[in-house]
Amino acid sequence: MAAKYLKKENLVSWLQTLAKERLTLVPRREGDAVVFRPFAPGQDIPLDQQATTPPKAAVFPQCEPLLAFKYAKDPENPGKVGVQVKEKLGDTPSVVVGCRPCDARGFLTFDRVYDSDRASDLNYLTRRRNTLFATLACDEPASTCFCNWVGSGPADAEGSDILMVPVEGGFVLEPVTEAGEKLMEQAPLEDAGDKAALAEAVKENAAKALGEAPDLSQAREKLLSLFDNMDFWEGVSAKCISCGACTYLCPTCYCFNITDEQSGAEGVRLRTWDNCMSYLFTMEASGHNPRPTKAHRLKNRVGHKFSYYPDIHDGHIACCGCGRCIKSCPSSVDIRQIVLQAIAASAASE
Amino acid sequence: MPKKSKNQEARNPYLPAIGTIIETIQETPTIKTFRVVLDDKDEMERFTFQPGQVGQLSAFGVGEATFVINSSPTRMDYLQFSVMRAGEVTAKLHALSTGDQVGVRAPLGNWFPYEELKGKDIVFIGGGIGMAPLRTLLLYMLDNRKDYGKITLLYGARTPQDMAFQYELPEWLEREDLDATLTIDVEAEGWEHSVGLIPNVLLEMAPSAENCAAITCGPPIMIKFTLQALQKLGFQDDQIITTLEKRMKCGVGICGRCNIGTKYVCVDGPVFTYAQLKTLPNEL
Ligand SMILES: Cc1cc2nc3c(=O)[nH]c(=O)nc-3n(C[C@H](O)[C@H](O)[C@H](O)COP(=O)(O)OP(=O)(O)OC[C@H]3O[C@@H](n4cnc5c(N)ncnc54)[C@H](O)[C@@H]3O)c2cc1C
Ligand code: SF4
Ligand code: SF4
Ligand code: FES
Repeated sequence: MAAKYLKKENLVSWLQTLAKERLTLVPRREGDAVVFRPFAPGQDIPLDQQATTPPKAAVFPQCEPLLAFKYAKDPENPGKVGVQVKEKLGDTPSVVVGCRPCDARGFLTFDRVYDSDRASDLNYLTRRRNTLFATLACDEPASTCFCNWVGSGPADAEGSDILMVPVEGGFVLEPVTEAGEKLMEQAPLEDAGDKAALAEAVKENAAKALGEAPDLSQAREKLLSLFDNMDFWEGVSAKCISCGACTYLCPTCYCFNITDEQSGAEGVRLRTWDNCMSYLFTMEASGHNPRPTKAHRLKNRVGHKFSYYPDIHDGHIACCGCGRCIKSCPSSVDIRQIVLQAIAASAASE
Repeated sequence: MPKKSKNQEARNPYLPAIGTIIETIQETPTIKTFRVVLDDKDEMERFTFQPGQVGQLSAFGVGEATFVINSSPTRMDYLQFSVMRAGEVTAKLHALSTGDQVGVRAPLGNWFPYEELKGKDIVFIGGGIGMAPLRTLLLYMLDNRKDYGKITLLYGARTPQDMAFQYELPEWLEREDLDATLTIDVEAEGWEHSVGLIPNVLLEMAPSAENCAAITCGPPIMIKFTLQALQKLGFQDDQIITTLEKRMKCGVGICGRCNIGTKYVCVDGPVFTYAQLKTLPNEL
């Protein structure tokens, strides 16, 4: 299928069609924030800005049951209580419409970890396979955007099923996967005609607006060489208040905690997003904590994304450059500056 | 997203097998041992593990915690876990008794290089609950005795009451093919073995480093001084093997909790040589 044109006024009717078959998540204003919520007819769909939170929860809910367990008396031996355990997988077919290229790419960071030769996380994978992405290319990158630093760009279609390029009066839809093509068949589309050329211009301008990307190929080794330089890490983390906002808003932060909840004879084992900026994350039984200060913890957050993860996963950086951690940090900690300073600092000390 | 997962078995890594406790032993005031058999007979028969691998035990409703399987793969009547009370899950496990069920996710992690150690002399140095991971390898080697040279064991605890595995210590002390020494921190009434801190007793024993591997596990402070003692005795970094303990959750390299730089203790460990530890970033 070639690229097609969707008039702005036809977006809602497409969403209505999609919503009949799939959980259809779209941006929605809630207070000051724009978040992804199930499409509701009549709602306003703010597509002119990056959403405040990424659509991470569509595939990786903030809290999800991994297992359900139940204690029951053994019918053959009523004095005994046995336990039954069942896995819980969420497989609702879903589609996210209107996320940005960085948002869709965030899941690529998950994929390498959640489906490896060692283990396949079925809770994650079941949702992942049931979730499609109709991604909106960016026409006006924000000052905090740096997707081009991490091997991507404002019209990157990797990880998406459809790329929607905003043009005067509507969107040019480019199918990326077969599943995306099927979704497009359900839309009231027109031939792209001369809109296709407009879409190309939008893409080019956005790429230009981001400017030149610095060379981060040295970051891997440089960050590691600064591991014991706590002066450096204390300096760059001085303003951090360990609130963890950066981790919760990040499309690529994938760490989680596992806890049990029980009420009466039944319960669930829950997985919840966890936050490596918290003191308790690595606290050990003896009272020893290998990452006792915010400097140690920020070092791990930056090091993991720009050094350890790329080292394990063929050079892929575990940051999609969305800039949310920069935008939402209450103390203006800027991960871009930390990486650049690391590259410069260790160059100076060599 | 590819339709087929990389891990062909695609077994749910979070779904524990259910096992039943067939026996418990109160080892010390704070350590309780559980002998567990998986309820599914076929699964129990098929179950294999390597000495040093760990399991996650579940007390459903409270949570999961990591313990080494301290029985030997050469003795598969049951899986043995020795649990020191430390917090919520361990307290709940201590409340369980024979006939109760637990969840078991195992085996997880790497193991002692028992193949590479063939033909070598072995010195085991265990402190407190750190004896648990050593026990599995010691039993394995005793059951394959001809494959290994001289085997020496130094096991220390704070007091006689803190010594676990009392039921097999007499046999270990008596065996001709095992040179076992027990030690406690300070003199106690009726104690007939060594007295003194593990590193000091080790220096007195002065095992030869030649063609020998030292395997040590215990509290961090003991490890620190034991390493110094071993170095004094001429042991090189790659002749010293230990296990790391990090806080763990998933146990399969996904949850991101247990990393030291690029290494994940749950899958790349818990067993490391001291030479390997030295290449890791300094974040123990
Ligand atoms: C590879 C490995 C092998 C182990 N083998 C054994 C063993 O054979 N026998 C044994 O008794 N213990 C062993 N442990 C330690 C055991 O896992 C912890 O003591 C246990 O998880 C504490 O759980 P809890 O719920 O009772 O404590 P919690 O209530 O969760 O916490 C109590 C305290 O322990 C800390 N903590 C939680 N989990 C761990 C952990 N995994 N390591 C260190 N501190 C932790 C918490 O931060 C808190 O300070 C092992 C740990 C690892 C990583
Ligand atoms: S959002 Fe900012 S202040 Fe909060 S933990 Fe992250 S870096 Fe620190
Ligand atoms: S680290 Fe910051 S910029 Fe990078 S993906 Fe996470 S939130 Fe976005
Ligand atoms: S315990 Fe989850 S990554 Fe190691």
